[in-house]
Amino acid sequence: MNSTARDPGAEIFDDLPAVDAEAQRRLHDRLVAAAEAEGILDVAYRTVDTPVGSLLLAATGEGLVRVAYAREDHDAVLSALADRISPRVLNAPARLDAVAFEIDEYFAGRRHAFDLPLDFRLSRGFRRDVLTHLTDIGYGHTATYAAVAAAAGNPRAVRAVGSACANNPIPVVVPCHRVVRSDGSAGGYVGGPQAKRVLLALEAAA
Amino acid sequence: MRLAPFEQIVAAYGPTVLRVCRAVLGPEDADDAWSETFLAAMRAYPELRPGSNVEAWLVTIAKRKAIDQHRARTRRPVPMDDLPESTPGSVQSDGSFRDAELWEALKALPRKQREALAYHYLAGLPYATVAELLGNNEAAARRAAADGIKRLRTTYSATHKGEPR
Repeated sequence: MNSTARDPGAEIFDDLPAVDAEAQRRLHDRLVAAAEAEGILDVAYRTVDTPVGSLLLAATGEGLVRVAYAREDHDAVLSALADRISPRVLNAPARLDAVAFEIDEYFAGRRHAFDLPLDFRLSRGFRRDVLTHLTDIGYGHTATYAAVAAAAGNPRAVRAVGSACANNPIPVVVPCHRVVRSDGSAGGYVGGPQAKRVLLALEAAA
Repeated sequence: MRLAPFEQIVAAYGPTVLRVCRAVLGPEDADDAWSETFLAAMRAYPELRPGSNVEAWLVTIAKRKAIDQHRARTRRPVPMDDLPESTPGSVQSDGSFRDAELWEALKALPRKQREALAYHYLAGLPYATVAELLGNNEAAARRAAADGIKRLRTTYSATHKGEPR
C-alpha cells in the first residue's frame, strides 16, 4: 500500500506500527456491535472445530443460512454469500453462539435434534422441498434417496434428491447425511465420504 | 469483479485507516473516527461500484468524519490546544500509539500539511488523489507534504537521532 519509490522523509513514519493488532480487535468488536445495532450486519459468521474438521457457520437476521466444510473452501463460501445475499459480511461470533453451542452438544452425543431458526433462502423449488423434509428423518435413522424423493412428492426424482443433498447449504443441521443408497452404502456427501461415516457412526452409537 | 465480504475490507484497510486517523486527529480521537468511518462505509458498501479504489474511498469517508469531529470539538467550550497532552507513557501502556512524540510533532503542523502527509505517506495515495481530498491541486498537495516533512525533520527527527527503536 505504500508508494514503491520511497519518498524523502518516509523513514520518519517507520516508528509507527503498521498494524496495531490490539486496536484492530477492539475496533472490529465495536464495528460488529454498531452494525448489529443498526441492522446492517446482513451476514454474520464464525467457525467451530468439530470431529469433522472446521465448520463455517453463517447466519442472516432470519437464521442459520450456511454451514460449510473446510473442503468447500471457507473463503470461497464467504465470497459466494457476499454475492448471493449481501456483501455486508462480518466475522461476528455472537450471533452464532446458540448454533455453535448446539453443534458442540450434537458432536458430544448429547443433542439429537437442532432447535434453531433456519434461513433456506439459498435453496429454491424442489431442492428446498427436499431439504425441509430431511428433518423428518430422525436421529440415528437413515432413508434412501428414493424414499426421500417419494416423501418430497416426486418419487421419480431420485437424482434430483441426490443433487439437493449435494448442494445442501446447511449440512449437519439439515441432516442430508442420513440419506443413503438403496444398496445400504453411504453414498456421496458434501463433507466427503469420511465425514458422512463419522456422523452416521456418531448417531448409531447413541 | 464483485464486492468482497466486508470483513476482508476491514482486514485489508483497517490498519491503514487507523494510522491515517491517528496522524490527522491524534490517538485519542482516532478510534471514534475509525469506527464512524467503517460504519458509514459498511452502510454504503453494497452500492460501491466493483473495481473502485477502496482505499481512496475509505480515506475520503475518514476525512469527512475527521471534519465532523473537528467541528464538534471546536463547538465544545474547551479549545483544542487545551486538550490533555498525550504523554508517551500513558498512550504506550495500551499499545495504541507507540510514538506519541510523532503525534505531538504532527499536531504542531498546519492541518493541510498533516493531512497531505497522512494521505500520501500513510495511506499511500498518489498526490493527484491527495489534491482531490484537500481541494487543491497536485503541486500544492506535493508542496504541503514537502513542507510538512521539512518541519518534522527539525521538530521530530532531531529528537530521535540514534535512539533505539
